[in-house]
Amino acid sequence: MSGIARRLRDVLPLLPFLTLVTVFLIIPTVTVIVSAFFADGAFSLEKIATLFSGTALAALWKSVLLSASTAILGALFGAVLAWLIVSSPPTSGVRRAVISLCSVLAQFGGVALAFAFLATIGLNGVLTVWVQQHFGWNLAGSGWLYSLTGLIVVYTYFQIPLMVIVFVPALEGLREQWREAALSLGASRWQYFREVAAPLLTPAFLGSALLLFANAFAAYATAAALVSQGSPIVPLLIRAALTSEVVLGQSGFAYALALEMIIIVAVVMTAYNVLVRRTARWLR
Amino acid sequence: MRRTSLGGKLFRGLLWVMFGLFFLIPLYSMADFSTRNLIAGGRTLQAWKNLVQDNALYQAIVISLLLAVFTVVLMLVILVPTMIWVRLRTPWAKGIVEFLCLLPLTIPALVIVVGLRNVYLWVTYFLGESALTLTFVYVVLVLPFAYRALDAAMSAIDLKTLSEAARSLGAGWLTTIGRVVVPNIWSGILSAAFISIAVVLGEFTIASLSGYQTLQVQIVLIGKADGPTSVAASLATLLFGFVLLLALALVTRGRRRTTASHVLLASAVAVPAVPANQPGLPA
Amino acid sequence: MTNGISVELNDLTRVYGTAHARSDRGIVKALDGLTLHIEPGELVALLGPSGCGKTTALRILAGLDEATSGTVSVGGQDLTKVPANKRDMGMVFQAYSLFPHLTVLDNVAFGLKMRGKDKSGRLSRADDMLELVGLTAHRHKYASELSGGQQQRVALARALAIQPRVLLLDEPLSALDAKVRVQLRDEIRRVQLDVGTTTLFVTHDQEEALAVADRVGVMSQGKLEQLAAPAELYANPATPFVAEFVGLNNKVPAEVSGGQAQVLGKFVPALPGSISTGSGLAMVRPESVTVTADASGTASVTSVAFLGPISRVYCTLQDGTVVGAEMGSSAARTFSPSDRVRVGVEPTGVLVVES
Repeated sequence: MSGIARRLRDVLPLLPFLTLVTVFLIIPTVTVIVSAFFADGAFSLEKIATLFSGTALAALWKSVLLSASTAILGALFGAVLAWLIVSSPPTSGVRRAVISLCSVLAQFGGVALAFAFLATIGLNGVLTVWVQQHFGWNLAGSGWLYSLTGLIVVYTYFQIPLMVIVFVPALEGLREQWREAALSLGASRWQYFREVAAPLLTPAFLGSALLLFANAFAAYATAAALVSQGSPIVPLLIRAALTSEVVLGQSGFAYALALEMIIIVAVVMTAYNVLVRRTARWLR
Repeated sequence: MRRTSLGGKLFRGLLWVMFGLFFLIPLYSMADFSTRNLIAGGRTLQAWKNLVQDNALYQAIVISLLLAVFTVVLMLVILVPTMIWVRLRTPWAKGIVEFLCLLPLTIPALVIVVGLRNVYLWVTYFLGESALTLTFVYVVLVLPFAYRALDAAMSAIDLKTLSEAARSLGAGWLTTIGRVVVPNIWSGILSAAFISIAVVLGEFTIASLSGYQTLQVQIVLIGKADGPTSVAASLATLLFGFVLLLALALVTRGRRRTTASHVLLASAVAVPAVPANQPGLPA
Repeated sequence: MTNGISVELNDLTRVYGTAHARSDRGIVKALDGLTLHIEPGELVALLGPSGCGKTTALRILAGLDEATSGTVSVGGQDLTKVPANKRDMGMVFQAYSLFPHLTVLDNVAFGLKMRGKDKSGRLSRADDMLELVGLTAHRHKYASELSGGQQQRVALARALAIQPRVLLLDEPLSALDAKVRVQLRDEIRRVQLDVGTTTLFVTHDQEEALAVADRVGVMSQGKLEQLAAPAELYANPATPFVAEFVGLNNKVPAEVSGGQAQVLGKFVPALPGSISTGSGLAMVRPESVTVTADASGTASVTSVAFLGPISRVYCTLQDGTVVGAEMGSSAARTFSPSDRVRVGVEPTGVLVVES
């Protein structure tokens, strides 16, 4: 059997997998990309144009704001927590427990998270009531939980653990020999940090921050559960476009918005991958 | 040698406490809120009882559990043989398979659901309107985590040598896979299964925007009318995830420790860019 | 040429774990009263198996570890409480110590940067050091682009760039291939003699220690067994451990009395450290064993191992002991397995230990 024929025969068992992925991942994605450029069967930039409408731009801005702020907050606090974990004595106990907890919490997005915060600082939330009784403040008052500020606080809840998971390996990759070599060459702790640790950790830190950005940008469930009215951010705008009764002019809107989302996430993830490769080279 | 001063220790202790509070208070609040009697004050387990008593909620739970099982089964049936085949016969395809498996991390579920409408017109045409048809999409969603878990497990054993040894002793392909390979990657399979269950139980985006009544969708629906019950259901999902994680850790503890921790960490690191609409587990 | 700095480690003890009122379990004594004086410009090698405390001693000298008791003095100055980054010592680690994000040149100049030297000054000094180790052509490369041997040479240049009072080498060759190891150890010695820095060299390879050092200190379980020049150590081991660890040995039954040992039919001096009387095992070097063809001999040749310029002839004695004799290959060629021979011993001193 010739080489090509053999290759084809070898590919056969891979068909179920390839079919599944193609039909349920590739095709939907391609559909979105292509549909965004077609209107009434002909190539058109009409749908793309809707991305520049006031509503769309406002939502984009809010999404970027939400993602960027939670990325920065998550990265900073996460890095601190990661440092706390790594500099604890390696007697597994505490350390492994915390990392496992972080693995769980990083996935703890979605609906459950929304309700956790509602239960805490919602109108009848446990913390709200407690603070009301003891200090007389109204924590939930303005309903800020359902606004962008609320989303920022809630998102940070899973951004920090995610940062921990991604950044701890980088911290652990910082070999002890480098610190000792720097010390023996006369560096103070601050000099070591500035000249050795910081430059080595920067790509990992930035990369992780980008990851957090993409994570927040694509998140839907939590916002959907918290915000029932209005569509401040892009994912919620997509929800509105999909569930809208007003069909006219809305059918393509969802496609355009989805395209916008893919592009942004893909760009950010590419930058992330570039930085991860640099990190891996140094901090294996 | 590190010398931690008293001030340093206090500072670290303070940080730990602050982080601890930030993360544990919402969890505590969920437990508190779900047992609260909003009308009469005091405690009640009514919210938790509703998990079985409220018909709509109960149905949603059942559907979600079934979905989870179906997804795990389909995922294993498709992914395990595929990965074994790639390792043994078509190593040149490894890059493609890995790329495709990790692709769902970069494509938001939101995008998938928008583009899924046409595809699902066909699916529902052939297979009906049940929420169980979500299985196919869900398998795609769990691919990154399952792939990482299985890959870590398969890397830890020398698949090639094992299967060659089995075949040279006369075993056919099915026997080799079933009797030789699978028992040795058991921790990876379990890990992949548990992660998938957690993802499916927590999935909201695709289910809700496609109009199916799964657990998470139902929780949000109830949320407006009955706070405590929805919080109870959310907490239950989370606890279930914890239990799965614990079970996984216990089961894999007996065996090679490094494999288990590789698998746990590998699937945790697969988290990158997960659209945060999948709660609960896993590590 | 020396830099005139001496090093004194006095009664260093390093204990891990805490002794609560109970037993000694949980306590590890990495160092047990180590006293070592290094003369100015001298290279002393600390030799021993893993866990013997040699690395601990080096790290305490460097300031990277703290002794439980004892003092460290350099050039008469007590450094016991001085932090590592103020000790003015150059250190070469076993591996992976080059900063991956800096070029070779910047790596070597690092210590000078920490001391506040201006850019042109430190770069020119770095260049000088690179020339000393022969790596000028690689100045703009990164650590990952260099071989193991090259990386260690850069590490050496980096350590010497700051003109340290003491040079510390922690098993610098252990991670390298055999051939590179031999080349590099000679080069390290050459550079050390050239610059004249007082040096402490830690290794588990006895051949390495004997080849580079002025004096070798053999350590075991936190204690210094013997400190002497390589030739002395080799010829006159003070304890059974030293005799075992350094060089090869045959163990041949012997009788001791009055400072003399009867081995293989000859009387040779028994080294101090031997058992005083009675039967024991004499530790005889292979090159001290003589083999003569003798049809009426009580020993027979078992095998001949060709090792290049020398060969080893293994003979079985009447009582079953196997003895290896080392000789020039041309002489060894005359022997074949099952030849009858007479095995004797040169009149050099032997250490006799308990059987």
